Amino acid sequence: MRAIISVVGKDRPGILAFVAKECADRNANIVEVSQTVLSEMFTMIMVCEVANEGFADFIDLLEQKGQQQGLSIHVMHEDIFNAMHKI
Amino acid sequence: MINTNNILETIHMIDEEDLDIRTITMGISLLDCADKDIDVACAKIKKKIMTLAKDLVKVGDDISKEYGIPIINKRISVTPISLLQSVSGGNCVKYALALDECAKALNVNFIGGYSALVQKGMTKGEKELIESIPEALKLTEHVCASVNVGSTRAGINMDAVELMGRIVHQAAEITKDQNCMGACKLVVFCNAVEDNPFMAGAFHGISEPEVVINVGVSGPGVVRSALAKAGKDKSMDELAEIIKKTAFKITRMGQLVGNLASERLNVPFGIVDLSLAPTPAIGDSVAYILEEMGLEQCGGPGTTACLAMLNDAVKKGGVMASSSIGGLSGAFIPVSEDAGMIAACKSQALKLEKLEAMTAVCSVGLDMIVVPGDTTPSTISGIIADEAAIGMVNSKTTAVRIIPAIGHDGEEELEFGGLLGSGPIMPISKVKCDVMIKRKGRIPAPLQSLKN
Repeated sequence: MRAIISVVGKDRPGILAFVAKECADRNANIVEVSQTVLSEMFTMIMVCEVANEGFADFIDLLEQKGQQQGLSIHVMHEDIFNAMHKI
Repeated sequence: MINTNNILETIHMIDEEDLDIRTITMGISLLDCADKDIDVACAKIKKKIMTLAKDLVKVGDDISKEYGIPIINKRISVTPISLLQSVSGGNCVKYALALDECAKALNVNFIGGYSALVQKGMTKGEKELIESIPEALKLTEHVCASVNVGSTRAGINMDAVELMGRIVHQAAEITKDQNCMGACKLVVFCNAVEDNPFMAGAFHGISEPEVVINVGVSGPGVVRSALAKAGKDKSMDELAEIIKKTAFKITRMGQLVGNLASERLNVPFGIVDLSLAPTPAIGDSVAYILEEMGLEQCGGPGTTACLAMLNDAVKKGGVMASSSIGGLSGAFIPVSEDAGMIAACKSQALKLEKLEAMTAVCSVGLDMIVVPGDTTPSTISGIIADEAAIGMVNSKTTAVRIIPAIGHDGEEELEFGGLLGSGPIMPISKVKCDVMIKRKGRIPAPLQSLKN
């Protein structure tokens, strides 16, 4: 399945690397990344392939690790965005 | 890839604007549980509900987690219990206790269907059920009751209206030490729908399948925020367009969750009910949407027109998004659950009479309204009759969930807690209608042509 990871936080070096490493550690394959910095706020959207099993733990872990770093991280199933924004 | 702005918009809706799936409601037919012996019937009910709904809460929580959408309530609706009571006779409260036991064991927050449909007349079992409602609501925590007293096809059953005035009064009286909670779990309908997933009026109609999943989505905060972004110079039709688009997105989310739940529970998917149902959370208010359209406060001139447009635009957006829109779909205006309505009532901008007018154009009726404790049963019957007449003539669902604040003289509001919020005690007309209510009988069904 595909998951969408959104990351928002105050910009500083290493955010992308940090999230990418967490994904790699959990064997989540990053498919696409889009990232901007708007008035010092780092905003990144990442699409990655993850296994169905253990997805809930993956969400918890990433969100929790993000919090420790002062980042707001959301991990959601891709389908929700497809449903809401595509006819 | 999906547009970044769309992704952030969805996350913002959920995080900041209280977008949620309000309820996943599993409808379960209990017709095959009917038995001459009430204890046997109760045992069959427990077995059936516990088997079919055993994974309901878990599946709801799993979907919520995986998809990042809050799913607030998991609920069950059942066949109107009056049908089973008609077969078994006996102490009807036993059914309520059995349902409550299931709700507790399954960890669902409400179970609806302690109901009777008596728009044309009452059978013995239906009368027994209605008379047992106050006690059933006192002795149970999660059971919700509803009674349909009128319909466009059958007219209004004034015997039932008279009886329900007394029952609502009793339900409040018997629970007066729990802030009259009994009356919060009792709805009197006209044109009740069979697939409504929202409480307290949910029941599993007899034309429904064996078991079904219905989903109720909400999102007043999202609509308000979309209108706020539009600014003050947009015309009303442009606002309607914005509401439609927002409703579309919300409904699509409901459809997705409904399909998932139905697949995982192996139960057919019924309908999405797109109702803008407010909660006491700040910003999650239907009154604020109306104010965002340009009213100084909800309840003033222009309120009914704004609400009519909102209700219609919500439906149009919803219908486009899902092939199975049903239930009540529209805008709810429960006073105690809506911060904006509460404020408007407290400042006297919103009165009972205006609320009644608003119910002619929104999806339900006089909902969660607290009236003084000295309100008589016949006055309550009068209010029910008025509301039922609006529903009957306009071929729409209307309802009354009114709470006489018995034993709370001198207080300004009743606190119910949780999603039910707190209701300011609203002044009510003292003009009597006793003679009219005592006449009973029926108000004949209205003419469906020559509509003016």
